[in-house]
Amino acid sequence: MSGTGIGARVQRKEDFRFLTGKGNYTDDVNRYGQTHAAFLRSPHAHAEILSIDAAAALAMPGVVAIFTGDDLAADKIGGLICGWMIHSKDGEPMKAGAHPALAQGKVRYVGDHVAVVIAETLSQARDALEKILVDYKVLPATVATSDALKPGAPVVHDVAPDNAVYRWALGNEAETEAAFAKAAHVTRMDIVNNRLIPNPMEPRAAVGDYDSGNDAFTLYTTSQNPHVARLVLSAFIGIAPEHKLRVIAPDVGGGFGSKIFIYAEETVCVWAAKKVGRPVKWTSDRTEAFLADAHGRDHVTHAELALDAAGKILGLRVHTTANLGAYLSTFSSSVPTYLYAPLLSGQYDIPAIYCEVDGVYTNTAPVDAYRGAGRPEATFVIERIVEVAARELGKDPAAFRRQNFVTSFPHQTPVIMCYDAGDYGAALDKALSMADYAGIGARKAESARKGMLRGIGLSAYIEACGIAPSAAVGSLGAGVGLWESAEVRVNPIGTVEILTGSHSHGQGHETTFAQLVSERLGISIDNVSIVHGDTDKVQMGMGTYGSRSGAVGMSAIVKALDKIEAKAKKVAGFVLEASADDIDFKDGKFTVRGTDKEIDFASVALQAYIAHKFNGQELEPGLKESAFWDPTNFTFPAGVHICEVEIDPATGVTRIERWTAVDDFGNVINPMIVEGQVHGGIAQGVGQALLEGAVYDATGQLVTASYMDYAMPRAGDLPSYQIGMTQTVCPSNPLGIKGCGEAGAIAAPPAVINAITDALGHEDIAMPATPLAVWRAIQKHQPRAAAE
Amino acid sequence: MATVSMSVNGKLVSRDIDPRTLLVDFLREHLRLTGTHVGCDTTQCGCCTVHVDGKAMKSCTLLAIGLEGAQITTIEGLAKGQELHPMQAAFREHHGLQCGFCTPGMIMAAVDMVNRKGNHLDDQTIREELEGNICRCTGYHNIVKAIHSGAEAMGAAK
Repeated sequence: MSGTGIGARVQRKEDFRFLTGKGNYTDDVNRYGQTHAAFLRSPHAHAEILSIDAAAALAMPGVVAIFTGDDLAADKIGGLICGWMIHSKDGEPMKAGAHPALAQGKVRYVGDHVAVVIAETLSQARDALEKILVDYKVLPATVATSDALKPGAPVVHDVAPDNAVYRWALGNEAETEAAFAKAAHVTRMDIVNNRLIPNPMEPRAAVGDYDSGNDAFTLYTTSQNPHVARLVLSAFIGIAPEHKLRVIAPDVGGGFGSKIFIYAEETVCVWAAKKVGRPVKWTSDRTEAFLADAHGRDHVTHAELALDAAGKILGLRVHTTANLGAYLSTFSSSVPTYLYAPLLSGQYDIPAIYCEVDGVYTNTAPVDAYRGAGRPEATFVIERIVEVAARELGKDPAAFRRQNFVTSFPHQTPVIMCYDAGDYGAALDKALSMADYAGIGARKAESARKGMLRGIGLSAYIEACGIAPSAAVGSLGAGVGLWESAEVRVNPIGTVEILTGSHSHGQGHETTFAQLVSERLGISIDNVSIVHGDTDKVQMGMGTYGSRSGAVGMSAIVKALDKIEAKAKKVAGFVLEASADDIDFKDGKFTVRGTDKEIDFASVALQAYIAHKFNGQELEPGLKESAFWDPTNFTFPAGVHICEVEIDPATGVTRIERWTAVDDFGNVINPMIVEGQVHGGIAQGVGQALLEGAVYDATGQLVTASYMDYAMPRAGDLPSYQIGMTQTVCPSNPLGIKGCGEAGAIAAPPAVINAITDALGHEDIAMPATPLAVWRAIQKHQPRAAAE
Repeated sequence: MATVSMSVNGKLVSRDIDPRTLLVDFLREHLRLTGTHVGCDTTQCGCCTVHVDGKAMKSCTLLAIGLEGAQITTIEGLAKGQELHPMQAAFREHHGLQCGFCTPGMIMAAVDMVNRKGNHLDDQTIREELEGNICRCTGYHNIVKAIHSGAEAMGAAK
């Protein structure tokens, strides 16, 4: 390992600009002659639009134009799409209701887009919004997940008269029935996975620009995957062909999934730029973000675990109702199906699994992928039910998990996934030791002496990352391939530009990707730049989500670097008058085997471009290669997190006293960055468990639409974390990487709730376990700790 | 329109503005100092924190017109060229930032914290004092470490 190579704790190259206020986020972009857009949003959860009168608004100072859904329809601008086809178990395709970027005839959630005002200044646009008169016929709304399928529930889309988007299933029903028939014990649970609002600190934004001379559009937008945005805006929405639409995602201030999707606002901004002949800019305010960013989670589940007399798991049966909101967002359909049920086996050898998922429409914001996307929901089900099963059987939860762990690899689960490598026992051992699990009895007694309740909770999670083998996801309904691309441009003086389809919005790619190049080419990371986020510069790529940028994005870079090395050896061979087969490359130097002849990388780069030492017919000049990497399998990061809490029964306040995380991410490029990803993931998971929850009232008004009402984790709510690692190398990519971006958010919620229920002595607590909820639970039940 | 004059990062500036212009918009749109960010526009997230006459304030709910003659310091005013302020350097060293969006406000709040609470800050003090600044990326672990270390470094640099 060199000082800046793979495995080094290199400080981040991108930090200087962020630390000094020189970042370039979408809202920092201003185009000459730009106008400002403001969206009129539905105040009702469900209503017919009888008329829109914009005459008074149009007469307001500074107003340039006002558009409604009729204007988009007249220009044949298509609706927003969902790119993953799910078939119900009866073979029917999912019921996708139309999703116009501006409403046509009906609004379906509070925050739905009714009209856009474009004005000289933002204040003028907002002033004019208030003058638009909309005559609504308010309709009854379907709001709660568990109400959507009830007979007589208000219908959100006519194409789905029972509000079911699909009724999907995975696994083997008959084998699972048989497993339950022979079970000595069955654990049954009802589980709610609370609805979350992603809240990256940078609100979404868009600047649309149109060049009439070239009939070409440019869209600056807060995207995790600008090429996917371009593809959807071109091929489905019909803004312009791809070669006439440039999408730029500059610095992006966090995403967590919510910036994967193609939304109404950027669609309208880029379309309207041509309509008004000037650039159009929109920046979300925070309440708009709460209302109209895609939300996450929102499952209602019944789960049953079958066990034999010795405590071996025989089968798992799960039924989930998943709220998809009012419209199908870009990848929403896949989240509670193929990103969920295939992870229900957890780290356990479970011979039979059967899972049914009903995806439902409600009059709420669309729900799509949020950090972990389906895998936190699956992990919450399996890690809660194994904990409860252990308690019911009187077994130590750690020992019970170990008894049921998968121990040999590869391991084919009954739900698609084939786990390739892991050592779950090693992570458990390390976590138990770091957390002083053996000493919990004494710590509980000490808490009890103070009148406090102490509990400890485990979560042995697994996730499927490195998303994903294209043919595999295609067979499951995905509309795209999930490979990644890379291009390596070596400049004549030996500096290197990496153009990647991955996109960094906090993950530190400018550093980790440069570390890979530094390691491979033996050059300083200062001589490497990472180019991403611009469809005019970078060839088609798939972007960053699903912990894929290391496992998939960097693998594409490795493949391109392999080609660079092969070409550079040929150049070196000509210069050193040797066969390319006799050239070795190590530590930035090409040497002729068995001689003292050598040439450094920068000199080879120069020779490649001046092309004086070889004939251009036998070897092309230049040193630039590109590659596409399509993974052969998902990757399977796994680990054990242990949460220890102390609860004040007088107030219900839960304090996290210790957090231990032991993760197996395979090989690690930059441990500092990986640990940071784990910290942030845990914080979001703790937020879900203790603080966060989107609340709609019975009429479909979002009650939690500001930071006064939606409890974001703040520094005082969270502990410091003890981070440990174990390592089994991932066999399915050249770097042996598994991915680390989502682990914390997946692992944390069940660890917290298992700790709280351990302290309370009963299982009757839902997320978020706020002080009020915990206090009520204590009042309702006799605390275990007090009874002991 | 109304005229307002103030000192921003040591430079006197004077602009004709709409009287309802917020300080953050004055900085971002009129002076093109885009390091100060808007995360919530209701004084809760702290992304817009700047120093007004030496005290941390949230610029998204201050009217620029009310700051005639004030001394404003933004994130752009902390480093000396390529030389980072000790708090900025500590955030880099301890990986106290990921996406960078909350970072300017965090650093301005952290410097103010040191000015008020001194150079030896325990974790609990730092966490309590960060009540007004939200980060969604880091889980705060490394921000707390960075502020602890940056506070010490500011003391050593005196």
